[in-house]
Amino acid sequence: MALDDRKSDGFTFVGTRPNRPDGLDKVTGRARFGADAHAPGMLHGAILRSPHAHARILRIDTSKAEALKDVKAVVTRADFSDKVEFAPGLEGDFWNILENVMAGDKALYDGHAVAAVAATSALAARDALKLIEVDYEVLPHVTDVDKAMLMDAPVIRQGAADYSVPEGMHPNVVRKHESGHGDVEAGFAEADLVIEDHFTTEATHQGYIEPHACLATLGADGKGELWCCTQGHWIVQKTCAALLGIETANLRVTASEIGGGFGGKTTVFIEPVALALSRKANKPVKLVMSRSEVFRATGPTASASMDIRIGMKKDGTLTAAQGTFRLQGGAFPGGPADFTAMCAFAPYNLPHVRQVGYDVMTNRPKQAAYRAPGSPMAAFAVESVIDELCNQLGLDPIEVRPKNASREGTKASYGPRFQRVGLVETLEAAKAHPHYTAPLKPGQGRGISCGFWFNHGGETSVSLALSEDGSAQVMVGTPDIGGSRASMALMAAEVLGIPYENIRVTIADTATLGYNDVSHGSRVTYASGLATIKAARHAVEKLCERAAKKWGIPVDAVKWENGCAVPSGPNAGEFDPLPLADITADMGRTGGPISGHFEATPEGAGVSFATHIVDAEVDPETGKTKVVRYTVVQDAGKAIHPTYVEGQFQGGAAQGIGWALNEEYIYGADGRLQNSVFLDYRIPVASDLPMIDTVIVEVPNPGHPFGVRGVGETSICPPLAAIANAVSAAAGARMRQLPMSPPRILAALKADG
Amino acid sequence: MSKIHVSTTVNGDAVEYLCDPRETLLDCLRDKLSLTGAKEGCGTGDCGACSVTLDGRLVCSCLVLGVEAEGKEIGTVEGIAEGDVLHPLQQKFIDYAALQCGICTPGILVAAKALLEQNPDPTEEEVRFWLAGNLCRCTGYDKIIRAVMDTARDMREAV
Repeated sequence: MALDDRKSDGFTFVGTRPNRPDGLDKVTGRARFGADAHAPGMLHGAILRSPHAHARILRIDTSKAEALKDVKAVVTRADFSDKVEFAPGLEGDFWNILENVMAGDKALYDGHAVAAVAATSALAARDALKLIEVDYEVLPHVTDVDKAMLMDAPVIRQGAADYSVPEGMHPNVVRKHESGHGDVEAGFAEADLVIEDHFTTEATHQGYIEPHACLATLGADGKGELWCCTQGHWIVQKTCAALLGIETANLRVTASEIGGGFGGKTTVFIEPVALALSRKANKPVKLVMSRSEVFRATGPTASASMDIRIGMKKDGTLTAAQGTFRLQGGAFPGGPADFTAMCAFAPYNLPHVRQVGYDVMTNRPKQAAYRAPGSPMAAFAVESVIDELCNQLGLDPIEVRPKNASREGTKASYGPRFQRVGLVETLEAAKAHPHYTAPLKPGQGRGISCGFWFNHGGETSVSLALSEDGSAQVMVGTPDIGGSRASMALMAAEVLGIPYENIRVTIADTATLGYNDVSHGSRVTYASGLATIKAARHAVEKLCERAAKKWGIPVDAVKWENGCAVPSGPNAGEFDPLPLADITADMGRTGGPISGHFEATPEGAGVSFATHIVDAEVDPETGKTKVVRYTVVQDAGKAIHPTYVEGQFQGGAAQGIGWALNEEYIYGADGRLQNSVFLDYRIPVASDLPMIDTVIVEVPNPGHPFGVRGVGETSICPPLAAIANAVSAAAGARMRQLPMSPPRILAALKADG
Repeated sequence: MSKIHVSTTVNGDAVEYLCDPRETLLDCLRDKLSLTGAKEGCGTGDCGACSVTLDGRLVCSCLVLGVEAEGKEIGTVEGIAEGDVLHPLQQKFIDYAALQCGICTPGILVAAKALLEQNPDPTEEEVRFWLAGNLCRCTGYDKIIRAVMDTARDMREAV
């Protein structure tokens, strides 16, 4: 809690830990999430899904379902706007999204939607699905990334590849990324030791506890209302309007409270379907996914197959690095091959570096973003090789990393030069942490890893309106996914100089605020925060103008201090401080309402680095691994609400633990997902985890008024590698495959010994 | 299929509803009684977001049929606070930021309250194993465990 006492940083509110404004709603059951909405006359929707991994849809007969009294609408692909007689065909991303939310001529994965029903009750809707007849011609399928690249692999879709893919590659390879600098062969020649190795990770799901849910109303007048749990309702608005063939402004989207997303709720799945059902039935339609549907048909992250080659001198200096990353992104383009490649070597200052990424399609659900998409897998492969180099050269991994670490001015592996960054500071803090030197028990191993994420700015609008009594309402457009209302209120309080409690932050709907990019890219506290600060400053300018007018002095002779307008110096005249509430009390008579605005695309997100320390214990008889101690050290730039920053650090680490040890999409030979419930897809539970210690490092981001860097995603970048390094040390065998499940660990122990 | 009439007690109030024999207690609480505090995260008893008490016993309401509530006493998150006074667990969860998105919070509060009623002095391990049926994907459980342990301490000292 040391940060609380350190108000020497010039901040009054920023850096304190007040209770979140929506706390009461969240602990009493009053908060309204996606599935908590009702509307008069509401119908319930349900979706029929393909049981085949790859099949041509020959015929869909919905007549028996439509004949049921309780059924009010049945929708197949024929009801969407690509119907040639009603609207021109969609292209690009919109076409891909339409294909994903409702299959066209082919079902591309187990769980792919093929038809939907709206009925008077949820049970009636589910019953009606059983009466829909679909004739499939089952086609050969492929779900593995390496197999999907072989020349005899089934083709998911011809012509999906873009210009970046060289001739001669399989049509399933749809994007290629290549970047780097220097001459890697020359770099490897300078090394005393070069290690080349192969690593794989499985697809994991974001695992948010709230399934996707929405309530849609679309009338014959083309005007619609949509309530849904989403990370960004403007993208929902834009996408749904395009898919339904209506004007964007005619669809008003309200974001419900959101029960987790982690990147998985940055696109649409059921929303366009619910709108289509509503338009057809002319009634509101509620559509809620089951957990099994979430696993089968929404985005897990990509799985990866990776080859890494790194050279090191005896003194620990890295000479060159090379990586090939193959990302399996499901049945559509979009696997994060570029991000994976670009993040892989970003923590290190490398004279010679080259990275290649391939985005590969398979018969699996379309991957979606998952917390720093691509970076955790890349870090797993790269940091494992660095750990092995340190082992073989007898070097301490925490001494080697600062020697090679990226710092201000370093030419990043992916191109630009870094501005002020905090990697070295996280390494120093990790080294100084008692965890790093604590004794280990027999059977335990310790691992460390660094991690990197770009962070994002994105289109942002914020409005701030002052009330007559001197309180303030802030309208932001980024759904509050983990306490961001508190951070916004703290930043507004800091600028306005009024109590935190007097500020109410609302997530505005699409009809009441300008466009906002999604709550992703760790952008909310950075970009909506910056926008809140600037909107508050805009309001303060107006407050100062009113004071200047009242005092009869020029506006530049007024400044804002501790919530009051004051003369800027002795020459400005002698006036008593004029509190905000005194100005707003008269604002109707002195020029009208006072509001502040910000609409722009902040570009200074500021990259972020972390270092994690993990102790793992391996049971040689069962192969079970237990994480016994975990410490996260991460640069937050400036922690606005340190408790919620710690929460992001801990949450990322916990998800990383699940990914490293346990979680995976398991496909049978039939191409069907074998573990589509939480019992079989087991995310970490309370008894699996230790307390997760956190250290907040603050190296201010020059691109934010208060120095904020996003913190949400970087926290999941180091865990896979840090845990793999710890487990490898404990087991005495290098682990190259995730998850490090008990059978894999037993196999590694056997092979080694 | 004809519906069945059920009389039961929820958070001390007598209530009635008509339900299909296939509908779960969770469906009935949410859709018929508008008590949407209990959430459906999985529908298979694996996530605990729908946790309620049935005659004082902690259950997943997605695994109980609506008709089984006949004549029983149900406790949900909406009944934890006494009027406008929050239960100590609720206040501590806010104070500790023991939630991020908040979807698992109602179930965890119901489960933690049930724990403290039968074990006012749980060890960290006991809290972790008791809450092992309540999934949280945001927090890594750290602040949740601390909040429960600290509430237990406060409640013991208050006695």
